[in-house]
Amino acid sequence: MSTLNKAMEKPEVEGRKLSIAEALREALREEMQRDERVILLGEDIGIKGGFGGAFTVTLGLSEEFGSHRVVDTPISEAGFTGIAVGAALGGLRPVADVQYGDFLFLAMDQLANHAAKIRYMSGGKLRVPMVMRAPVGATTRGAQHAQSLESYFMHVPGLKVACPSTPYDAKGLLKTAIRMDDPVVFFEHKLLYGSKGSRKEAGGLDVFGTVPVEEYLIPFGHAKRIREGRDVTIVTNLLMVHKSMLAAKSLTEQGIEAEVIDVRTLVPLDWDMVFESVSRTGRLVIVHEDTLTGGWGAEVAARVADSCIGYLLGPIRRVTAPDTPVPFAPVMENFFVPSVERIVQAVKEVCQ
Amino acid sequence: MNPSLPTNEQRLDIYRKMLLCRMFEDRVNSLFLQGRMPGTIHQAQGQEASAVGVCHVLQEGDMLTSTHRPHEHAVARGIPVRFLMAELFAKNTGCCKGKGGSMHIGDAERGMLPAIAIVGGGIPLATGYALSFKYLKKPNIAACFFGDGAVNEGIFHETVNMAAIWDLPVVFLCENNKYGASTLIDSVMKVKKVSTRALAYGIPSETVDGNDVLAVRQATLRAADRAREGRGPTLLELETYRFAGHSRSDPGHYRPKEEVAEWRKRDPIVRFETQALQTGLLTDSAISDCRASVDRELDEAVAFAESSPSPLAEECLTDVYVEQSYGKA
Repeated sequence: MSTLNKAMEKPEVEGRKLSIAEALREALREEMQRDERVILLGEDIGIKGGFGGAFTVTLGLSEEFGSHRVVDTPISEAGFTGIAVGAALGGLRPVADVQYGDFLFLAMDQLANHAAKIRYMSGGKLRVPMVMRAPVGATTRGAQHAQSLESYFMHVPGLKVACPSTPYDAKGLLKTAIRMDDPVVFFEHKLLYGSKGSRKEAGGLDVFGTVPVEEYLIPFGHAKRIREGRDVTIVTNLLMVHKSMLAAKSLTEQGIEAEVIDVRTLVPLDWDMVFESVSRTGRLVIVHEDTLTGGWGAEVAARVADSCIGYLLGPIRRVTAPDTPVPFAPVMENFFVPSVERIVQAVKEVCQ
Repeated sequence: MNPSLPTNEQRLDIYRKMLLCRMFEDRVNSLFLQGRMPGTIHQAQGQEASAVGVCHVLQEGDMLTSTHRPHEHAVARGIPVRFLMAELFAKNTGCCKGKGGSMHIGDAERGMLPAIAIVGGGIPLATGYALSFKYLKKPNIAACFFGDGAVNEGIFHETVNMAAIWDLPVVFLCENNKYGASTLIDSVMKVKKVSTRALAYGIPSETVDGNDVLAVRQATLRAADRAREGRGPTLLELETYRFAGHSRSDPGHYRPKEEVAEWRKRDPIVRFETQALQTGLLTDSAISDCRASVDRELDEAVAFAESSPSPLAEECLTDVYVEQSYGKA
């Protein structure tokens, strides 16, 4: 899976080829140019001679906008996340980031108790227009720099959750996230960044995709049907979108046509598209790198069972990581992360 | 006369505000015991000098953050007591439309965020406000109340450090009332004074008699001026005492009777009255007039709250997200 599946690109889109890291950087730059209130907060994001955050996304922005807008923080995730919440309440539009998604647990109180609840507690008087960016995904760094943890945040009323899989979606969704008045947790997969030079990820995908020159926004709550199929619906996100597309290609050769839906945002989730698709295909496989129990696939399975039970022709199957921390050894990590083969196998089982 | 000292008119305002705080808490306690209010309450009787001394310095546009014990802060900040009372009664007319309750009262439009009831949770929010004030070149400051218990939260360390390195316009106000719930601060902190902690962040600090409203006011004024002038944060330790237990179910058996009696003698309102009677600022009849006027204000607030409509049950579902739409699918 060295190249981005061609079927994922909208043929009508014209523009340049960008990586996700470049697309995200462009989104930040455009929004910072557009709105003085947009500032960035994070560790190692604007250091001169540094690397532009853990995955190069903020490279060059400090030189362009100054250190008062690209704010390098101490290693204090809870502190700067809470400060971002306060700054958002105070009229700024902060985009904070952690170097690895696992570090979000350090800032959980700030996100779950403050960012998510203060609008509600105020009786709707307050708004928290902030974005928390977080890289996820297993990349042979061991258990504490690897977790896919989007399900935790999907479970927090008051937060919105994005998880793009292409440069086009990454840019459009990040721009929307910055302009929205709700707090957004924005997940990016490390193997999809396409970072270059010394920050290039071993095993990363060649994720260059077409991004228009003209400005565009992508609304939250609209999934993308990236492949049509009559036999089974695959609902997925992030890196697993790419693996699911490869699985779908392989399944075609075996006479099974899979429809693939990239959720793009988990909160809100595009239930209409999921229900419509499953009602047509009668079969559902959910694929995510987040672990099995209580993962977001469980919510999709429950809602489909509730709304589409009469259309189902087989069991709902989830292809996910097992309920373990992320292992280090490549042989174990490859076992942990759902593979194309596992997706193919699951689809074949539900189609029997 | 030192221009930073309050005028007689300001002193009378300070006095009435302290009375309003105390009598608000006493009224709430009585309503609560009568079963006319739902929930729980954490009361602050005894800490009026801290609330009023600080808030007297704050200006329009400044932002105050508070804790799980926020009633007196809200009263002192000037949020009309009818809206506070209505919130405690869980009414639609409350300052948070009945979605906040005792531990989250506040109104950002009137200069106080909904109170934050996670210990230490308000510290980064105030500091974030201060960052926005500095960035937007506003003349305002953030004032951040927290208790002695909060200084052992990690968020205190992380946030005060960032406020210090970025010279943010925030005043950190530790109301040291000696007890985090039932735990004595001396048993959970090696240094004797909270203010000592400021050394670790390279910022100035003071320990202040938190039951002397004028001392609190003057110390806050120094810290606020410093913040407004761009010279960064200050840590003020306001030594005070709550006469009530931690919450409604706490009779406070962990506190020696002698200690409570000793602090009762330092009641900030009695102290102010005694001094004001000596200087002629107040007379006995002025005191009783003032109390009667506060009583009437509270009567009106209770009547407003009790006659206000309850929120609809379905309003539970609103105010989670801002309704907006962007872009095309």
